[in-house]
Amino acid sequence: MDKALYISSSPHIHSGVTTNKIMRLVIYALLPAIAVAVVFFGLPALKVLLICTLGCVACEALCCKLMKQPLSINDGSAVLTGILLALNLPPSSPWWLALLGAAIAIVIGKMIFGGLGYNPFNPALVARVVLLISFPVQMTSWTAPAPLSMGFDAVSSATPLGEMKSAVMLTGQLPEMATSGFDRYFYGLMAGSLGEVSALVLLLGGLFLIFKRVISWHIPVSFIGSVVVMAGIFWLIDPTRYPSPLFHLLTGGLMLGVFFMATDMVTSPITAKGMLIFGCGCGLLTVLIRLFGGYPEGVSFAILLMNATTPLIDRYTKAEIYGGHNHETGGVQ
Amino acid sequence: MSLATDFKRGIWKENAVFKLLLGLCPVLAVTTSAENGLGMGLATAFVLVCSNAVVALFRHLIPAKVRIPCFILIIASFVTVVQLVMEAYAYELFQALGIFIPLIVCNCLILGRAEAFASKHPVSHAVADGLGMGAGFTLVLFILGGIRELFGAGEFLGFSVFGAGYQPVILMILPPGAFITLGLLLALMNKVEKR
Repeated sequence: MDKALYISSSPHIHSGVTTNKIMRLVIYALLPAIAVAVVFFGLPALKVLLICTLGCVACEALCCKLMKQPLSINDGSAVLTGILLALNLPPSSPWWLALLGAAIAIVIGKMIFGGLGYNPFNPALVARVVLLISFPVQMTSWTAPAPLSMGFDAVSSATPLGEMKSAVMLTGQLPEMATSGFDRYFYGLMAGSLGEVSALVLLLGGLFLIFKRVISWHIPVSFIGSVVVMAGIFWLIDPTRYPSPLFHLLTGGLMLGVFFMATDMVTSPITAKGMLIFGCGCGLLTVLIRLFGGYPEGVSFAILLMNATTPLIDRYTKAEIYGGHNHETGGVQ
Repeated sequence: MSLATDFKRGIWKENAVFKLLLGLCPVLAVTTSAENGLGMGLATAFVLVCSNAVVALFRHLIPAKVRIPCFILIIASFVTVVQLVMEAYAYELFQALGIFIPLIVCNCLILGRAEAFASKHPVSHAVADGLGMGAGFTLVLFILGGIRELFGAGEFLGFSVFGAGYQPVILMILPPGAFITLGLLLALMNKVEKR
């Protein structure tokens, strides 16, 4: 068509940011974490990653066909969901666990609501929580990381948070691993899900996303900030019973959740103020669940709970229309 | 309207759960197994048929202004009968269903049929309606309980289906499993209906 005759309504300038591009950048940001997972846990980690990713893409293609919708797997969101799900699973996950997780994430977490952009909850986290509740044994069978030692059998080990929780429950005191030697947690020498091990690479990936403007700083900063404040209060009350804020930051899925799950554009608030409320809620709930809940790790539950409040937060933090405020009637037009 | 039409209506066209979404509390809460679902469905169906019959019988005597308390009184009497009979002859089921047996009193399906149908029709039609609605309700509870038991425990009516190697999806017998299964079933019903 002749360009001069092409008429459309505003906006006329496109920033060039497409769903596809955003998904690709997030996947790039996750590459270091994927590499670390494969190096630390070897081939089982690669297997889980592959099954989750391929499973998610296949489920989405199947759903699109059944629902007679245009095929949406090219936007990259299914691949990303698959990778995030894999990073939320233990490296020793059996194949059926990973595949079932992929199906739950895409079918129940996303496509049933109408596909990308309509899901109220983060699909990867929905799958993780369903699996965690349904298969507690398989979902908490951790192996200790063994960098570059493909030949060895896996050594089973507890996660730092799990170890801390059981020690506190048994003795009422923090074990030694929760009070010192935090540098190994920072580099990732601890048991956990694929994406829980190295805080360092996740932090790098997160900073890359903020630098690239894929995510804004509001959710990560308020999430981390509220964890530090909450954990700090308890730590100051009784340092023999509650671990320091640094321990909370470096262990479990916090870094993954802060930068890659809580910041999901579909399921988090739109406005800056809303994002700050969202992040604070996530941090608060995470610490409460970790210290007083039944599960050792609370990041996924916290984010899902805050996902549920997103529409409400959006509603109350709606930006005012310019010139729309009427002082005489108190804002009512 | 013939008796057969009154009976058939409750099974599909105006199915209490699939079409009207009535009485969801017991539907979601007790359908952890096919047996529980069947027991709850039959208990509700019994109360429904009896209360429909009695309400229809007294429909000219009950003053309009106090009809709801009267209906509740009639329903509660039959629920008490069910509760005592179950406690005496099906104690395990009685314990499994727990608080949800007395709660049949406030099942909106039963009160709804008393108000909308039984109080305006002769006894024979009210009984046919109660039987149909009760059968439809029991059917849904049985199906829902069966699906949840199958995946949540790997069993059906207590018999192992998938063998010992099956890892039960515990979520299915927890409350979220009830919501997810019912939601998927409703979607399936709508799909079938559209065809």
